Amino acid sequence: MTESKPLGGKIITMPFLVFAALAAISGVLILKRFIFGLGSVTNISDGYPWGIWIAYDVVTGTAIACGGYSMALLVYIFNRGEYHDLVKPALMASVFGYTLGGVSIFFDVGRWWQAYNLFLPWYSQVNSVMLEVAMCISLYIFILWIEFSPTFMEWLKMKGLLKIANRLMFIFIAIGVLLPTMHQSSLGTLMVIAGRKVSPLWQTGFIPLLALISAITMGYAIVIFESIVSALALDREMETPILSKLSRLMPWLIGFYLIVRFGDVIGRGQLGLAFTGDLQGNMFIIENILFILPLIFLSSARNRTRPKMLFLSAALMLLAGSVYRFDLFLVAFDPGSGWRYFPALQEIMITLGIISAEILGYMIFVKKLPVLPEIKHA
Amino acid sequence: MDIKRRDFLKVVAGGGMLLAANANPAFAISRPPKSMPPEAVGMFYDSTICIGCKVCQHGCKENNEMPAEFTIRPPEMVDRIWDDPIDLSSKTLEIIKAYKVGTGEEKNSDVNGFAFIKRNCMHCVDPACVSACPVSALKKNPVNGVVTYDKKACIGCRYCQIACPFGIPKFEFDKPFPQIRKCQFCNHRFAEGKYSACCEFCPTGASIFGPARDLLEEARKRLTLTPGQYYDYPVQTVNSKNRLRQKVAKYENHIYGEKEVGGTQFIMLAGIPFDKLGMPPLSEKADASLSEGIQHTLYKGMIAPAAVLAGLLFAAYRSTKNHE
Repeated sequence: MTESKPLGGKIITMPFLVFAALAAISGVLILKRFIFGLGSVTNISDGYPWGIWIAYDVVTGTAIACGGYSMALLVYIFNRGEYHDLVKPALMASVFGYTLGGVSIFFDVGRWWQAYNLFLPWYSQVNSVMLEVAMCISLYIFILWIEFSPTFMEWLKMKGLLKIANRLMFIFIAIGVLLPTMHQSSLGTLMVIAGRKVSPLWQTGFIPLLALISAITMGYAIVIFESIVSALALDREMETPILSKLSRLMPWLIGFYLIVRFGDVIGRGQLGLAFTGDLQGNMFIIENILFILPLIFLSSARNRTRPKMLFLSAALMLLAGSVYRFDLFLVAFDPGSGWRYFPALQEIMITLGIISAEILGYMIFVKKLPVLPEIKHA
Repeated sequence: MDIKRRDFLKVVAGGGMLLAANANPAFAISRPPKSMPPEAVGMFYDSTICIGCKVCQHGCKENNEMPAEFTIRPPEMVDRIWDDPIDLSSKTLEIIKAYKVGTGEEKNSDVNGFAFIKRNCMHCVDPACVSACPVSALKKNPVNGVVTYDKKACIGCRYCQIACPFGIPKFEFDKPFPQIRKCQFCNHRFAEGKYSACCEFCPTGASIFGPARDLLEEARKRLTLTPGQYYDYPVQTVNSKNRLRQKVAKYENHIYGEKEVGGTQFIMLAGIPFDKLGMPPLSEKADASLSEGIQHTLYKGMIAPAAVLAGLLFAAYRSTKNHE
């Protein structure tokens, strides 16, 4: 097991300034949202009450942030210790992704000053999928920071506290595997109650399973993606051998996902809708091609040893899961009466700003805290 | 290890057949439907005797302190004497809409005819909005069945809007401190012995209020009448002594709301097929029953999560116990 060390180096770089600018712009727009209301910066409406802040920031963003979950499942539940070096960076990406997903919910809800009602038991409506999602994600964000805290303890050289933390960590790891299993599936289940407003190409009782499997697969994909991007951006050696081994899991997961996806659509006799040439049909085809391509690429052992193919496959898988979620929440959703939705520029800028804040955080943490494994040269 | 095409196809074919053989588990795991509360109140709209005067809209606005809504912009509309909403909105909780086909000359005809439709909250027996709301802001009164909204509980997540098959709850996107708006049957007037303002104001009896059971009986009775004969339609409430003799039109043989999504307390009759009047074609199944069925199957009593957690604790303990 390799030691982790801060990367060091200048914090203020050109990329840092670019992301900081984007984050600052979104800060101003968020202020506008709070002063003038949601309609002043978004295109959401009574027909489309949920836009990209839900479909991307919360639903897709947290799925992309499943690196910590997927790695914990592999390393601590299935006891595959050889992947241990990938855990900390994955965990950190999860900490940021989920924290910002939670913050996005806070920006999105209309009566935000009462958002704590979610946690007051006398208001709880226990049949609500939304309630379970909100509680689960809130608790998980807390657990993620606890799981990440040993990195701070290492940085602050709190050896005693670190020992205790490591001894008790199995409790938080276990909870940290249970919670995403619950809420990643339920994030999909949210759309079940919309009934026929969601196209039959997407509406099914199997949504929780599809959402969960795709989230786990996206977890492995983001680990591979981030590892390669970090290596390039921070001028470090690629971790190709371990990524190669990790990527073997993906064809099986994607295969299982596609069996359920197509078995369900075909079983309900709805596959014909995919070929009508309308937006929903076309997006269904695109979405599934995005799943099939990484399945094909990563089925070849040779491809799994090539960083370019690993990167491409990981990127395609992330896109596949993201498009599935965008489709489920926005494209497949038709409330009737000619309602349309496309995000407003300010709405998009706020989302980009939130992503930028995530990246800024990653940049600072990776340089100041012992997160990345030390590169041992032969 | 290359995944051989042959092996992969075998797995796919096997899995595919397995899935196709089993019907969608959806119906097996749905929770049972709900039933009409014992003293359910209701509203019955008969499109055939509606004259489109919209006095119901006026009554609704007045009794719910809702502002006028102007859709036609100046300079076409300079004086703003009349409001003209075109749909339900955060300012308009009830609305009459007109349907016209061809020359639009014959009332209640689907050929060169016209008709009216009334839109407001359906007060479903198994409301999706109530099932969706995480903080019980939307509740169904267990006695009279009115679906009420409590802004003190509401967090503004708008899940109710996603859930409602009729698109009823509206949100104040234009306000910094927004709330959900929808018809609540004027239940704030019940204590003083009053009822929905739209029904109180309606001159022809197109909109009437009363016990849901009695309204359904009245609707069924009207379907047995002969078009062209005269009938004394009750005005304001179903059991009212005030009656207005009007000619019976030819009804579509469908009481909208009797069965849709498990039944609604706002039911309708019309002379035109309901889908043409903008009422969504819905099955008898309330989507809340599947959504809740999935949640209960997985999480009831938190038993399954607790069992899974026990296994996870064991596995995690074993993998980490020898590490520093």
